[in-house]
Amino acid sequence: MSRVTIYRILVIAAAIGILELLCLIGTIDRITMQAPHLIARDLAAILVAGKLNGAIAKTLTNASVAFVLALTVGIATAVAIHGYRALRETLDPLFATYYAIPVFGFYPLLIILLGLGDAPQIMIAFMLGVVAVIVNTLNGLDRVPNVLKKTARIHGMGRLDLAFTVTLPYAAPHVLTGVKLAVAYSLIGIVGAEFIMSRGGMGYEISFAFTNFDNATMYPLIVLILLVSITANTLLSLWEKMLLTRRGYS
Amino acid sequence: MSGAKGVSLRNAIALIVGLILVWQLLFWFAGDIAMRSPWDTVRYARRMMGTDSFWIHFWESVRAFATALAIAVSVGLFVGIWLGFHRLSGRVMEPMLVAIYSIPKITLYPIVLLAFGIGMSAKIAFGAIHGVIPIALFTINAVRNVRIVLIKTGRVHKLTMTEMARWVLFPAAMPEIFTGFRVGFSLTLIGTLLGEMFAAQRGLGYLLMTAIGLHNVDVIMAVTFLLVLCAASVSTALLAIDHRLHRRV
Repeated sequence: MSRVTIYRILVIAAAIGILELLCLIGTIDRITMQAPHLIARDLAAILVAGKLNGAIAKTLTNASVAFVLALTVGIATAVAIHGYRALRETLDPLFATYYAIPVFGFYPLLIILLGLGDAPQIMIAFMLGVVAVIVNTLNGLDRVPNVLKKTARIHGMGRLDLAFTVTLPYAAPHVLTGVKLAVAYSLIGIVGAEFIMSRGGMGYEISFAFTNFDNATMYPLIVLILLVSITANTLLSLWEKMLLTRRGYS
Repeated sequence: MSGAKGVSLRNAIALIVGLILVWQLLFWFAGDIAMRSPWDTVRYARRMMGTDSFWIHFWESVRAFATALAIAVSVGLFVGIWLGFHRLSGRVMEPMLVAIYSIPKITLYPIVLLAFGIGMSAKIAFGAIHGVIPIALFTINAVRNVRIVLIKTGRVHKLTMTEMARWVLFPAAMPEIFTGFRVGFSLTLIGTLLGEMFAAQRGLGYLLMTAIGLHNVDVIMAVTFLLVLCAASVSTALLAIDHRLHRRV
């Protein structure tokens, strides 16, 4: 194990240790937060008992649907508009300012349009994620060397062939950056929407537990969401690193 | 230069006209129950801006946002310069910052609420949490890419750590740091507004949240419109400064 990894583990252990200590000696009172070991115990209990499996499944399914939608629509849009310079220059300011827009403000509108089911939540998560995918895919497509495109042209490839066999694989590391953001945004969108207004899901359960001072349910669920997003992010980062190493960057 | 300016002006106008067109079409499709037309929204927004209560909410949000941004910038710069300059700390901590950056911070709102209570401090904390990590991450990379000759020159002059940060690292890394500031600005704004939606009794986010609860379409549309207008114009200005800084180097 490298020195850096050891230090990293030490920092995490120290952070959890300090939190544990502060909870035990009562600096952080029990209503504010439970000690980390209690959170771990409660999380295990919740998962074993399975009473919240429905909520967990609902949130993760919706987030996955939104993620897949954002990914496919995002990549398709980027490939489609990549060649049109004027269109891109027009849309650039929109992309650049997009994340300053409070997308959750559109949630009530979407509820009215799509009904109080899963659709408006998926739509919010999709709206949050799709632009990150578009921007990063465009960024990657811009870096494809001309020689590759010329070679493809010599082989008489069509636009789709070109995208799937040459430009998108070349742009993969950049697309992955967008993918990582899309994972985070789809979770943010779904959970946030569930906080605001919904009939189920982890966000709903968390806010229900919060209003009832039920820390034994709230903290484990929060930790579970954090674990899911950190795991997804770490796996994608490893993949990204692998791609970059294969290309001689390190 | 004036040609490029003409093109960007034309693009901006095309974008705005396009957005208004989409909005109007959506309105014709969705109808009065779901939303208002662009014209009605602007009219209601103007009427709302004539009332005192709107400005109370507005300034409350501005105060919270400004404080959150100040915290995010100072902490982000400090952490970023430290981790960028000290290689080992940087290598240990950066992946963790990336992991924290990627978590859905909205799930943390109950914790922030329990720790800070409902009110000003909770939304400031929520805004700062959102903004601080990107500023730190951009600063780390910016400081790391400062040309080594500059740092060595600083060492030759026996600069202390603070002097080094103030006179060498910060100016040399300025363009990249500004990009971080721009991203941090947007995220702090979103964070503060989200904080207001869940954990406040004043502010534009609160106004939006109560309007959602009461299904007051006029207010929802007008507040969202004004927020988007403010956010878009400020971040366009920041983007222009960003481009200019990057061109200069």
